Amino acid sequence: MTTNTAEATHDQQHGMSNAGYIRIAVILAAITGLEVSTYYVDFGVLFLPALLIMMLIKFVMVVSYFMHLKFDNKIFSFLFYAGLILAVGVYAAFLATFKFFIQ
Amino acid sequence: MTDTTHGHASSTGISNVKLGMWAFLGSECLLFGGLISTYMLYRGRASGGPRPSQIFDIPFTSVSSFVLLMSSLTMVLAVSAAHKDDDRKTNLWLTVTALLGATFVGGQVYEFTAFYKEGLGFSTSLFGSSFYTLTGFHGVHVTVGIIMLMSLVGILKRSSVPGKKSEVVEMIGLYWHFVDIVWIIIFTLVYLIPV
Repeated sequence: MTTNTAEATHDQQHGMSNAGYIRIAVILAAITGLEVSTYYVDFGVLFLPALLIMMLIKFVMVVSYFMHLKFDNKIFSFLFYAGLILAVGVYAAFLATFKFFIQ
Repeated sequence: MTDTTHGHASSTGISNVKLGMWAFLGSECLLFGGLISTYMLYRGRASGGPRPSQIFDIPFTSVSSFVLLMSSLTMVLAVSAAHKDDDRKTNLWLTVTALLGATFVGGQVYEFTAFYKEGLGFSTSLFGSSFYTLTGFHGVHVTVGIIMLMSLVGILKRSSVPGKKSEVVEMIGLYWHFVDIVWIIIFTLVYLIPV
């Protein structure tokens, strides 16, 4: 009883229970399976958007739940996403100068 | 909003160690952003050497990716155990995480060896240089993570952790998860999207 109470308090403080983490891992594994299936099954015009969306979902799930960003102080989110957005912006501009996005 | 669960006294009310780690991870985004962009630019320039579609072994890399993804689960279970002051489970999950990481690095060494035998050296082409630089940098990060995990297991066994134990485990966990999210991007952009 005491152990259960301690675990419940811990989960409240840190966001998720171990069962919750396992559920997230199962979802991540399923998405990875779907990603790999795009190599074998022809998804047509949906191929690229589907892959990028699945990549983004996995990224956000790991950062939000496994790295606890969803439950932590917002300043950590700011520090990380500021670096990420800066990187995406700088390198998108870099690739654009090489006409990377023009087929 | 203050971070009351990881209480180092600081003027901001949040842990300076954690703040520093997130700032470091934000800066790592720029490092890997540069390496990924360079690969995307040069991946089509095989100049006579093997092309990505000729050498990539998607089933093998998929298994490696799955192993690294599952190491993130074992890492978060280690962090959870550390917060509950369960030393036995913390050590167990940290060791499992290190073993899964070592499996991933072993797979990468095998992959590099196979690619080299198929004619893709570091200086064979721009594709080869940018591919080995990107995945090599990631592999080094995983290796550093494994060293940190095993060092932490040793330190925890001697109960000589500097500062708050659960916070130290959590910081190494953040680094490990970052290495995992970088691979999530590399796996999609480098391996699954054809040139």
